[in-house]
Parts: sequence; structure tokens; C-alpha cells
Amino acid sequence: MDNLLSLITFLPLIGAAVLMLFLRGEDELAARNAKMLALFTTVMTFVLSLALMFGFDPQDTGFQFVEEYDWIGGLKYKMGVDGISVLFIMLTTFLMPIVIGASWHVEHRIKEYMIAFLALETLMIGVFAALDLVLFYVFFEGGLIPMFLIVGIWGGAERIYAAFKFFLYTFLGSVLMLVAMVAMYMDAGTTDIPSLLAHEFSSDTLSVWGWQIVGGAQTLMWLAFFASFAVKMPMWPVHTWLPDAHVQAPTAGSVVLAAVLLKLGGYGFLRFSLPMFPIASDLMANFVFTLSVIAIIYTSLVAMMQEDMKKLIAYSSVAHMGFVTMGIFAANQQGVDGAIFQMLSHGFISGALFLCVGVIYDRMHTRDIDAYGGLVVRMPAYALIFMLFTMGNVGLPGTSGFVGEFLTLVGVFQVNTWVAFFAATGVIFSAAYALWLYRRVVFGDLIKASLKGIQDLTGREKLLFAPLVVMTILLGIYPSLATDVFAPSVAALIDNVETARAAFDGAVQTAQQ
Amino acid sequence: MPTIILFAPLIGALLCGFGHRMIGERAAMMIATGFLFLAAALSWVVFFQHYDHPESIPLFRWVDSGALSVDWGIRMDRLTQIMLVVVTTVSSLVHLYSWGYMDKDPQWKEGESYKPRFFAYLSFFTFAMLMLVTSDNLLQMFFGWEGVGVASYLLIGFYYRKPTANAAAMKAFIVNRVGDFGFALGIFGLFFLTDSISFGVIFEKGAELSQTSFNFLGMDVNAAEAVAFLLFVGAMGKSAQLLLHTWLPDAMEGPTPVSALIHAATMVTAGVFLVCRMSPIMEYAPGTLAFITVVGASTAFFAATIGLVQNDIKRVIAYSTCSQLGYMFAAAGVGVYSAAMFHLFTHAFFKAMLFLGAGSVIHAMHHEQDMRNYGNLRKKIPITFAAMMIGTLAITGVGIPLTHFGFAGFLSKDAIIESTFAAHTGVGSYAFWLLVMAAAMTSFYSWRLIFLTFYGKERGDHHTHEHAHESPRVMTIPLMVLAVGSIFAGMIWYSSFFDEKFDRFFGMTVAEAHGEAESHGEATDDHGETKADDHGAKDDHGGHHTMGPYVAGQGALYVGEGNNVMLEAHEVPKWVKMSPFIAMLLGFSLSWIFYIYNPELPKRLAAQQRGLYAFLLNKWYFDELYEVIFVRPAKWIGTFLWKKGDGGVIDGGINGLALGIVPFVTRTLGRWQSGYLFHYAFAMFMGLAAIITWFVIGGAG
Repeated sequence: MDNLLSLITFLPLIGAAVLMLFLRGEDELAARNAKMLALFTTVMTFVLSLALMFGFDPQDTGFQFVEEYDWIGGLKYKMGVDGISVLFIMLTTFLMPIVIGASWHVEHRIKEYMIAFLALETLMIGVFAALDLVLFYVFFEGGLIPMFLIVGIWGGAERIYAAFKFFLYTFLGSVLMLVAMVAMYMDAGTTDIPSLLAHEFSSDTLSVWGWQIVGGAQTLMWLAFFASFAVKMPMWPVHTWLPDAHVQAPTAGSVVLAAVLLKLGGYGFLRFSLPMFPIASDLMANFVFTLSVIAIIYTSLVAMMQEDMKKLIAYSSVAHMGFVTMGIFAANQQGVDGAIFQMLSHGFISGALFLCVGVIYDRMHTRDIDAYGGLVVRMPAYALIFMLFTMGNVGLPGTSGFVGEFLTLVGVFQVNTWVAFFAATGVIFSAAYALWLYRRVVFGDLIKASLKGIQDLTGREKLLFAPLVVMTILLGIYPSLATDVFAPSVAALIDNVETARAAFDGAVQTAQQ
Repeated sequence: MPTIILFAPLIGALLCGFGHRMIGERAAMMIATGFLFLAAALSWVVFFQHYDHPESIPLFRWVDSGALSVDWGIRMDRLTQIMLVVVTTVSSLVHLYSWGYMDKDPQWKEGESYKPRFFAYLSFFTFAMLMLVTSDNLLQMFFGWEGVGVASYLLIGFYYRKPTANAAAMKAFIVNRVGDFGFALGIFGLFFLTDSISFGVIFEKGAELSQTSFNFLGMDVNAAEAVAFLLFVGAMGKSAQLLLHTWLPDAMEGPTPVSALIHAATMVTAGVFLVCRMSPIMEYAPGTLAFITVVGASTAFFAATIGLVQNDIKRVIAYSTCSQLGYMFAAAGVGVYSAAMFHLFTHAFFKAMLFLGAGSVIHAMHHEQDMRNYGNLRKKIPITFAAMMIGTLAITGVGIPLTHFGFAGFLSKDAIIESTFAAHTGVGSYAFWLLVMAAAMTSFYSWRLIFLTFYGKERGDHHTHEHAHESPRVMTIPLMVLAVGSIFAGMIWYSSFFDEKFDRFFGMTVAEAHGEAESHGEATDDHGETKADDHGAKDDHGGHHTMGPYVAGQGALYVGEGNNVMLEAHEVPKWVKMSPFIAMLLGFSLSWIFYIYNPELPKRLAAQQRGLYAFLLNKWYFDELYEVIFVRPAKWIGTFLWKKGDGGVIDGGINGLALGIVPFVTRTLGRWQSGYLFHYAFAMFMGLAAIITWFVIGGAG
């Protein structure tokens, strides 16, 4: 099938269109049909993406399933996947049926809700599949529109403030990225991503307004992209939108946000910053390391003191993303492998943790940690599942959470022991905040009158958790399942980066002589 | 066969934990216990096999990234064999014992099902522990290391209704993580330096590492020292050594069988095992070894002082465990790893028995744990009394001095004390004196426990005393089995662990002789000659006056060239050999005076030395100190960063910026008030339009 990738990308959008055009009525039946159709669409998308996975050859480090067509105004529509992006598409399509399933009891404007999520899926897959700068930009920025709607319409009481914050951060980043994209086109004469990857952007020192900019154009472009990706990660100190967005978003929104949207920034670093601006990445590595380490320690400490469950998990996400940025800019095999793995693993684990919060939120309508306690007495199955994902979050060996953390730390240790040292303290802090949360919510005696009648997981909820449990353990015990897919592409990437850096160092030495 | 041993407990745990609703509680518990006994039986079979070389059994791939390639695998050698026997034997007995101890536990309400969960945790723990000890690389060891940590966390917090149990569980996990932090850095360091973390590879790199230095945190450090030190930090956490010991006494919140299995016989010895396992690296890190000796000896002494005054029967034994672990580290620190392993081995028997015996007392006394409420129980629970007695004779080291005839602890503890003396170093002497003093205190508090519990007048609740009864058969049988080990384990295996024959026992390969003559100069030779005069006759190896030299990696242990401490330990003066025995007698006598002859004396002394007494009773105030230095500042900083950092500076800045920019943007873009979404979409499409325009113009031009 020549257009498999496009089909996967746009199938959810087709589903959304069908919903929009053909589904009428506000009654029970219509709501049910909307849910069933959305579920069917996402499951079909997942099935198709399995075909993509089976057809994918990890040993080929170039782009596969490439499609290229003319688009408006001389622009190109070009899609394709390599080892780095293919698993993110899998992650997205894998999670979407779970996300739809988690929304089964949404009552308010269910049709529009499903449309928003389906459109979001298309845009998210599109980001990972786009091989043209402009196309990437459309997907990358467009994805935020449905997310805004999800937070803004189905969100909590302070959704406007959250959306505002989100907007402001993203807006500033996007403007800069746009400028850099224009600059890249001017320099390379193309918006084709594979061509841009092969293009060598100038790293000669520039003088701007009397400032000597080492790394020249690369550094400037790197900074512009960084502004956008750092917000999406999110990195410290531009992370404060995330806790608010999570708190206001409905459960399914939080799951998508944590599991997939947070990965866009990391993917951007891997697709653009590191390979296209290897010199600048090298020059800025210490800067990124510093922010990453601050993120890990700072947000872990902040997470410890949270009283809102979702905020706690949101802060812990920022800390985990700190490992990702650190690993990417360590720019060696273990670091980048670890970063990708950490992103995938975080997709399952944090998604599951937000589902865990959703389960009890649905029952008690509060996320206040103090409102709970002793849930294990009435909810043993819930306690078990929550424990598993808490341990995953803590990075326990045997869960997928460990592999990513471990590899990124191994990677960065080879580059800078200080960074590894401080980042590794994260393992202590994560244990502190995660176990404290668990203890306050699940352990203890069940004495609060409001909790006396709370029910354990339903069959539907168990079904939602099951695939996440399987993935968390499977990837923890046999991570090669994922690393085998992306390692060759990463190796090629590292190879190119090192070649470019060696050339740069050589040039610097020659200049000094 | 090792594969079956390894996975039997896991299968047992899964069947028991998830299957008990289908097959019933009893069947589930039977499966868990049965699989453990199977594993134990096979472990003994394996124990009596001999591996000339460590054998590696790969299972399947694990982490694979560039040069880093780690498989799940089993390494079979003497160290693994010893640990397999210790872990599965104690674990199976504890499983059996729990049938009685956990039956009708008053912590639970009528009809609550808790037993299958307990057995599943125990079996899961055993699996994790076996993963740790059978590992053939550091990463799998780390898996087991953290796995036992989780099992320990779950079991300490088993009574989840009790806030103290939950707090203790968390504390155990987090303090252990501090150690794990060091362990992990050690792994990173080793990989950085050798491109591998498989034992087979790194064990051959010891000499090379000692010649290498690398930059760690701005300092140029010796590679072998740095790695050894970091790994030892992990060991300190798991084995509750000084500074990272605070979790172990609190861990007594868990059910008593857990204390026996995890916090006495197996998990806490993992640190000692790690140091011994890494002997091919440790031998090249003299500085770290000295540090290990100091930490071990200090812990042995420090924990013993606290043990003197505790009133909770389990806490006394917990501090005793902490102290005995210190002995093991002291031995490893002076380079006599086999003595450390010997003590680990014998200690497992008698300490598990002491804990299970204490459990039996607690069971008899309706879950009363304060020894001040015991007294005169020897008639009521005779089997338990006999077991505790044997355990005490073993831990205090009763035997016939200057012979190899005595209870298990006599042989292994004396071996350690002699070794520290024979090291002839400053830290060795420090350790020697501290350990001898600790031996006296060990004897004092162990006998104090016996006297308070089994002798004297009945104290406390009269009703409880009346109903005190011997425990059921399932609980006393494990005690009897362990008693056999506590009596004979030392005598049977003395020569295997602590004799010239130890290298055969541990499968160590002696290097070809010419290498010795060429590469180590006069120092060794001189040494060798004096040795030859001393005990040439005894030497049955023919020609070897010193030990080794051994080939690194070709055996379960490695002893560096010139490290002849073990040989010298047999030649120490008589007074050194006598000293632990004298210390033991002294402790016993004092204890007898204090608790039998004149029971008023302790109270008077406590009143007289109030400061010292409070200092010891409050465990040297470590918990309070940590609360002030770590816990409170962490919470304060967390709150500060949240409210001031995120709330004040970052959001404040953004909001300020927003107040400036947004109205401006809004005005400029034409006063749309329909919400931010629209602004955003507008901005995006403006951007897109800009690109397209650019493109079109560019394309046209």
C-alpha cells in the first residue's frame, strides 16, 4: 500500500468528519454511536499502524514509506518514517483507543469531544510523519487547537487561565521557530526535511550588534527551535503551564497531553536541533544539561509538596522529561537511545497514572490528596495497578521506567559526571514524592466517611489498564523490542553528528594555527 | 537446574498472588511454600556440586544500546551457591513458619484475605533476591537489588492500616535509594571505564583500573577506588551500615517472619555479598577497603551500644543484625572475603532462628513485644526457649577456645576478629578493638534478652502470661532445623571458608608460578620465607608459602597478590584468639549480674547515667538529626520553590510579560475578544501565510 502512512494519519480525521456530517441528535443513542465510531476509528488506526510496523525495516536508517506530492503554492506534501519516528506513531495509535475508552462517561457534548480527539490524533501522527518543514509546522502548531478546545470546553473551573498560559508560552516559541524555518529555507533553498538533514548549516562565528556568536547561524537557529521545543517538553523554567493545563484538562486530555504531546518537543530536538545543528547542539549542551538537572531536582522537590494529585504527576513529568533532554544532548548512543525509550515509557506510565487519578476522580470528584486514604481496603485491584505504575514512575528495574533513566544517565556520565551525579539524585527524590503520594492515597485505614462506599475498578477500567500494564512490564524486561527498532537510526544520527563536530573542531584548530 | 531454582519462587508468587481466588487460600499458600521447598532442595544439590570455573547461563537479552549490552543470565560459582542455599533455605522455612504465625493475625478484620498476599510477597522477595545473587552482571544485580527493596517495602508496610508501618516502609525504600544512588553511579563509572558491566569482563580489568584515573566531579580520582567506593555506598544502604542504618530498626514494623527472612538472613546481607562479589575490583582499591573496615567496625560497635538498652525484643535483634553486618564488612575490608561470607552463612542460620524464636515468643504473648512485660517463660514455651538459647550461644560465640569446636558464631566471628588483627594495619587494629568490645556487648544484650524473657519474675499483663502457650508445629519445626545449622554450620564448613583450602572451595585458579617470581619482587619473597619457617609443615599446597597468586575472574573470589591476611590470621598470638571469648564471658557475667543476680541494678545505673542512657535509647539521635538536616529542609525548599519559584518568579514574570504584550497584540491584531484560541489560530495562520508568501515570491524570483 503506497499511501499507508497518509491513511494512518488521516483515518482519524475521516472518522471525525463522518461524526460531524452524519451524526445527528443529542439522545443516548447518538452519544453511544459517537463513542463507538470514535473507538472503531482509533482501533482501526492502530491496526493499520501495526501493518506499518511490520513493514518497517529497522536496519534501513533512511526514511521509509515515503510519499511525496505537490501541494499548494509549490509546497510539497511529503511524509515518511524512520526508526526514530515510527515508534512515536505507534505510541499514539496505541494510546488513542485507551483515551477514547477513558472518556466513556463524558456527558457534555460528546460528539464534539470525540471530534476534537480524533482531529488531535491526526495532527499528532502528522507531526511524527511529516517530512516537509511547512507540513511539520502545520501539524505541530495545529495540534494545539483541539487541545485548547479540550481544555477550554471540557476542562475544570480555571480552564481559561490554563489555556491562556498555554497560549502565551507556545506563541512566543512558535514565532521564533517560524523565523528559524524561514531562515533555513533561505539558506538551504528547500523545506524538504531529508535534504535539510543533509545540508550543512554554517557554523562560522557571526557578529550581531557587536555580539560575537560562536556557532553562527547554527546557534541562532538552534536557539529559535529551542524556544519552541523547550516549552513543549516542557523544560524548566518554562514548565509552569503544564501543571495548570493538566489540572484543568479532563482525564483523557491529561493522558494525551502527558503521553503524546509532551513528546513533540523531544522529537523536535531529535529531528531538527541535534542532527541539523550539531555544532550548536554541542555548544549549547551544557546549557541544556543545566536546565535538565534543575528540572529534575527542582520539580521533584516541588512535586513532593503538592496537594493535588494531578499537579504532583505533572511535576514529576517535568522531572522525567529532564532525563530526556539530558540524554538527547549527551549525543551518544546510550543517551539518545535512553531519551527515546524514556519518552515511550513515560507515555505508558504517566498516561496510566493520569488514568489512575481519573478513576478515583470519577468516583469522588476531587483530586485533593487529603480527601483520600486507605483505598486499598476497598479497592485492592486499583491499589495493585496504582502500585505498579508508581514503581514505574520511580524507575524500578523491571519496569520500562528504569531503562530510559538508566540509559540516559549512562550516556550523560560519559560526557559530564557532574550532570550524571545531580540527575541521579532524581532517583531518590522520585521515590520520595511517588511513595508519599501512594501512601497518602492508598495506604492507611479507610476512615473517611465519604470513601466508605467507593467501588473497585470496573471491567471497563481494567480493560483500559491492561495494555498499559503489559507494555510497562514487557518493555522493562525486554526493552530490545523497542531499542532494536530505533537503535540503527540513532546510530546513524550519532555518526553524522560526530562527523560534523570533528570537522568543526578540525576547522577551529586550523584557524588557531 | 539453577533456572528452576531461580524461577520457582516467581511462579509461586504469581500463582499465589493472582490465583488464590480461583484455587483457594490454602492451595495458593501451599503452592508458594511448595515451590520454595523445591528451590531449597535443588539449591542444596547445586551447593555440593563443584564449579572449576564460574559458569554462565544466559537467559535472554535485556538492555542493548551501542557498546552497552546486558543479558539476563545466571552466574554459577561458589558465591552464588552459598547465597542460593542461604536464601532458599531460610525462605522456605519462613514460608512454613508463616503458616502458623500469620494465622488469625489480630491486625486484620474478620473475613479479610491477607495470607495469600503475604505469601506472594515473600515468594516475590525470594525471586528478587535470587536474581540478585545469581546475576552475572551489575545491572541484573541492580534489578534484584531494587526488587528486594520493593518487596521489603511491601512487607514492612504489610499492615497498611498502621501509620507507623507505612512510614517505616517508605523510610526503608528511600534510605535504600540513597545507597542505590551510589551503586548506580558505580555502574555508570564502570561502564564508562571498561565499556562493560558484565562480571566476566570487568573482573579482569581490576589491575588496569588501578592504573587509570578519570575526572569525577572535578577531581582526578583513581578509577578502581572511585568505582569501589561508589558500589560500597550501595552496600551501605542495603546492609544498613552507619549513616544509612536508620531504616533497619524501623523495618521491624513488618511481620516477624519478614524480619527473619529479609532483615536478618538475606536482603541485608546483599551489601556484604556485593563487596565480596566485587573482590576483583576491591582488591585494587586499598583506600576503599580501609574505609569499608572502618565503617564496618564502627557500625558493629555503634549498633551494639544501642542494642544494650532497647526494650522491644525485635529491635534488640535488629540492632544485633546491624552490628553483625558490621563484622562482615570489617572482614571484607581487610581482604578476607571468605571470612565475611562465612559469617554471612552462619549468621543466616542463627539470626533467622533468633527472629523466628522472638516471633514465637511474641505469638505466645499475644503480640506483646516489650521485654519488660516478659519474664519466666522458659517453662511455658520450652522449644522456643531451647531454640533461643542455641541462637544466643551461637551469636555470642560459645566454643572451646583455641580449637575449632563450637557453635557456628564462634568459628565465624572469631575468624573475623583474628583477620582484623592479622591485617597489621591501623584500620585493622581499630577494627580489632572495636569488634572485641562489640563482642562483649553482643554477649551482654543477647543474654539480657534471654534473661528478661525466659528468667526472672513474670511481668506485665497477668492474663497474657496465663495464656502463653507453645507455638504450633509449623513454627517449631523451622526453629529446630535452623538450630541444627546454628550448631554445626561453623564446624562443618570452617576449613572450606577459612583455611588454606578455601581457594579450592571457591574455585580459584592459581596462576602459573613463573609469573610470581618475575613480577613481584622482594617484598613478597621475603614475606614468603618467614611464612615458610612458621608453618611450612602445615602447608598442604606444596610450594605455596603465600596465597595465590590467583587469576582474576577465574573464581568466585579474588585475593590480590601480597594479601595473606587469612594465612596470618591463623598465626595471631594466643591472646588475640582468646580475646573474643573473654569478651563474651565478660558480657555474659555482667548480664547475669544485671538481670539475674541484682535486677535493680539496671534501673539504678540508668538513673545515674541518665544522659548516656537517653543517648543510647534514642539511638544516638540519628533520626532527629536527619529530620533536621534532610527532611525538613527538603520540604521547606519544595514549598519555597513551588510558591516563590513557580508561583512568584516564573508565573509572575510571565504574567507581567503577558500584561504588557497581550493587550498590545490584541490591539494590533484588531481587537478580537473571542478568546485566546482564536488568537492562537490566527497567529499560526499568519505564520503559515508568511511562509507561503515567502515561498511564492522566492519561487517566482
